[in-house]
Amino acid sequence: MASPFLSNSTISFSSSLKYSTLPRLSPSVSFSSIRFKSTPRRILTVRSKIREIFMPALSSTMTEGKIVSWVKSEGDVLSKGESVVVVESDKADMDVETFYDGILAAIVVGEGETAPVGAAIGILAETEDEIAEAKAKAASKSGASTRSAPPPPAPAADSTPAPPKSTPANAAPIVTEGPRKTVATPYAKKLAKQHKVDIESLVGTGPYGRITPEDIEAAAGIFPSKTNVGPVVVEAKPAAPTKATSDSSAPSSIPPPVPGSTVVPFTTMQAAVSKNMVESISVPTFRVGYPVTTDALDALYEKVKPKGVTMTALLAKAAAMALVQHPVVNSSCKDGKSFSYNSNINIAIAVAINGGLITPVLQDADKLDLYLLSQKWKELVEKARAKQLQPQEYNSGTFTLSNLGMFGVDRFDAILPPGQGAIMAVGASKPTVVADADGFFSVKNKMLVNVTADHRIIYGADLAAFLQTFSKIVENPESLTL
Amino acid sequence: MHSTSALSFSQATSLPTTNYAFHSHSAVNLRFCGLRRQAFGFSFSTHSTSTRLRLSTRAHSYKISASDGNNGTPPKSFDYDLIIIGAGVGGHGAALHAVNKGLKTAIIEGDVVGGTCVNRGCVPSKALLAVSGRMRELQSEHHMKALGLQVSAAGYDRQAVADHANNLASKIRNNLTNSMKALGVDILTGFGTILGPQKVKYGKVGSTYTLVTAKDIIIATGSVPFVPKGIEVDGKTVITSDHALKLEFVPDWVAIVGSGYIGLEFSDVYTALGSEVTFIEALDQLMPGFDPEIGKLAQRVLINPRKIDYHTGVFATKITPARDGKPVIIELTDAKTKEQKDTLEVDAALIATGRAPFTNGLGLENINVLTQRGFVPVDERMRVIDANGNQVPHLYCIGDANGKMMLAHAASAQGISVVEQVTGRDHVLNHLSIPAACFTHPEISMVGLTEPQAREKAEKEGFEVSVAKTSFKANTKALAENEGEGLAKLIYRPDNGEILGVHIFGLHAADLIHEASNAIALGTRIQDIKFAVHAHPTLSEVIDELFKSAKVKAPASTSTSSPVTEPVSA
Repeated sequence: MASPFLSNSTISFSSSLKYSTLPRLSPSVSFSSIRFKSTPRRILTVRSKIREIFMPALSSTMTEGKIVSWVKSEGDVLSKGESVVVVESDKADMDVETFYDGILAAIVVGEGETAPVGAAIGILAETEDEIAEAKAKAASKSGASTRSAPPPPAPAADSTPAPPKSTPANAAPIVTEGPRKTVATPYAKKLAKQHKVDIESLVGTGPYGRITPEDIEAAAGIFPSKTNVGPVVVEAKPAAPTKATSDSSAPSSIPPPVPGSTVVPFTTMQAAVSKNMVESISVPTFRVGYPVTTDALDALYEKVKPKGVTMTALLAKAAAMALVQHPVVNSSCKDGKSFSYNSNINIAIAVAINGGLITPVLQDADKLDLYLLSQKWKELVEKARAKQLQPQEYNSGTFTLSNLGMFGVDRFDAILPPGQGAIMAVGASKPTVVADADGFFSVKNKMLVNVTADHRIIYGADLAAFLQTFSKIVENPESLTL
Repeated sequence: MHSTSALSFSQATSLPTTNYAFHSHSAVNLRFCGLRRQAFGFSFSTHSTSTRLRLSTRAHSYKISASDGNNGTPPKSFDYDLIIIGAGVGGHGAALHAVNKGLKTAIIEGDVVGGTCVNRGCVPSKALLAVSGRMRELQSEHHMKALGLQVSAAGYDRQAVADHANNLASKIRNNLTNSMKALGVDILTGFGTILGPQKVKYGKVGSTYTLVTAKDIIIATGSVPFVPKGIEVDGKTVITSDHALKLEFVPDWVAIVGSGYIGLEFSDVYTALGSEVTFIEALDQLMPGFDPEIGKLAQRVLINPRKIDYHTGVFATKITPARDGKPVIIELTDAKTKEQKDTLEVDAALIATGRAPFTNGLGLENINVLTQRGFVPVDERMRVIDANGNQVPHLYCIGDANGKMMLAHAASAQGISVVEQVTGRDHVLNHLSIPAACFTHPEISMVGLTEPQAREKAEKEGFEVSVAKTSFKANTKALAENEGEGLAKLIYRPDNGEILGVHIFGLHAADLIHEASNAIALGTRIQDIKFAVHAHPTLSEVIDELFKSAKVKAPASTSTSSPVTEPVSA
């Protein structure tokens, strides 16, 4: 049934810290002492003590409390369990009682004032001799304590003083009364206060030009939905991704927030992306680009498309077949001392899903035929969108493919995911005028492929050779369908 | 100053300057000297139905006979034992009890049966509040999630909501009418005017009147919304509760003048339906009249987190309805300095500054009764007092018209008390045992004295006052409903265990108060009632705990259970 803690609105505070160790109390101390009312921690050998009375945390959401009234006055003798002060929290007014006998030597935070949870609001002396000492302490406290002004009782009702209407003695019926005063709705005012928006600086869009809650939200930069699930795969930011990532994660130099900005915490997936991206900084990477002619691939794609084959599957298959011939590109460097050659070729493919990024893995992509691969891929994407991927379905990749070609991106540069040796960034295939060895011009579809690799294990020549193989496969794609 | 009412009648009524003060508490303190002796000897009680006259002469001729009657003798036989003027909840309660007691009873109604409560008050407002409560729940994503529920966006159809309120009112009105008809109460249609002792005429305005006589007469004419001077009510954008209950539109932004329970209930309805609300309160605090502690908690829950702001210590001295492309304009004047302070521009203004008695045209001048601010002066037995301080024989006034406690159920209780008296059993209603409730979400309810009132009384009479409190947070049922916000407060005498007042803010507070009000009415003491058993888990355990947490010095009475039967005088 009822918990006694809740049923009678009495909360106790205490601190058993000695004067010498007092400078600043962590809120957790005051908190725990509230909980364990029955077992106040007494140090028996202590000779005499001056204790602080803290602003208790009366609810889990309380950050500061207002002193409604002091039940006791300075100089009053207190005995354990007596109510000393009434504190108003965000939820209720509660009597706060003492755990200790003593004398209320000084009140640090007066009635009607506000103090943060854990701050000293009064000083308790054990004996009369210590009152002077306690008072001195109180004086220093009250000087230093962060005493915030009590909040204005009413929502600053129309902070603009109404223009002094100098009794328009009916002579001039509707003379415009100087500058028109700002009218904001009650909720708009509340929001403005909450988001620290200056109402006076806004122009209202509501009826009669009044400022509406929507106006405040717009000014504060809050929009109903954050539909920023753009095509951009985070892993592969077109512009200087490494730098951007490191900047955003540098904890030391957080710039002051731009006024009106809002903070939206990462989802679990976004946090995982962030962590991986930061980890990637420790890997020395380099990039090699290669133009690939895709006329043959495009022709093949048109043929197999009705059978459910996607371009992604074609590219994954091509990459996997190239990797078979260049196992070093499919290797990884786990400890900085050795190559780890992977026995399987598992192609991870970056997919943007609502608010995040995930890399479902086509396992043994070199062994499966194109149709099975396409079917597998379809299943994986469905699972990814339903957030039902099993861990081995997204973290077992040995090589990653990221394709932004469908968005018209012609080239980009990807960040190497941790635990892999290389990642391939595929741009769009575009008709390009090319001159052949004999000087004949022709128009071919060209696609720029850019591979980022761990230079500890994969060198420039390795990547070049791999890309050459990849290019040959794409230019002669019949082998893909075998 | 809000000194005159803008009602249809011409007489200037001066009302309290608060926008809405809980009339009950101030009114309870009104004491009239006990005028026990009746001026007349006991009159006859023989029934006669033959003297009903249909008169075609002009009304002023009755005034002559009325003044005659004032000094002369009352009729020797009567059409009815009891005539009640006004078929509101008070009149209805009195009529039913009168029939029960074997009295031949008639009730005169000039408008619709049911009065304010049924047609323009408690009843339709409960329908709107039922809607607002559900909207509030459905809109509270946090609350729903905590219960594990998923609901897509809640919406409403204004007309359907308005129809619900209207249908409820007509259903209850029919119930009332049928219950009276079934019991044989004559419903006489028209406005009733008192012509003299035991004589009443009734009829439609401008048509012929009918004269009826009765051994006893009860005035139960009720009240109308009070509109302070300077406020122009157009029924569209500047409205009273009468219009608001029809819910003809839901303004984006509505100013509510007065933060008593009418204003509070409407703020609950409007904010749930998406409006923003600005309260205008003449006193320095919102919700005057409520126990201060309850008021403070209520403000934390009902005002601060909602789309509501407020101006306190100001009068709305001038309100102009929206017209010519301009919004509703409200001029605010400082209540103390009388200087104009601010102007508000809103979409609508609801005037909830209390209610004014509807006593004009009652013919009170015929029996030398002077109203006080429109109220009919009565003694503690609801007997009407004339200008000389004498009792008017056989004339009683109940309900809002006497202003003792402007609540529907108080009127009914007063009516029943009067019937008890006229049927030979002395009865004095203890107004301190009449509960009151405000049906916000959560609800507020109270009975008896507030803490400051109790302390004042204690100081005067020299007794000690103690206060006990329990929280809904500790109640299983409240937590199961995820509605732990709430407080119950008991004000009592620790020496003898008398309950002085109980105030509740929390889930179903209006239903919980009756345990306390019954205890007060029956004179049950805390030391006895604390042994009563409550089903577990129920919200009533909040009250159980409240009684159990009181520290009473007096021992429990030895008798197992013999409730005090004699009435406790106010």
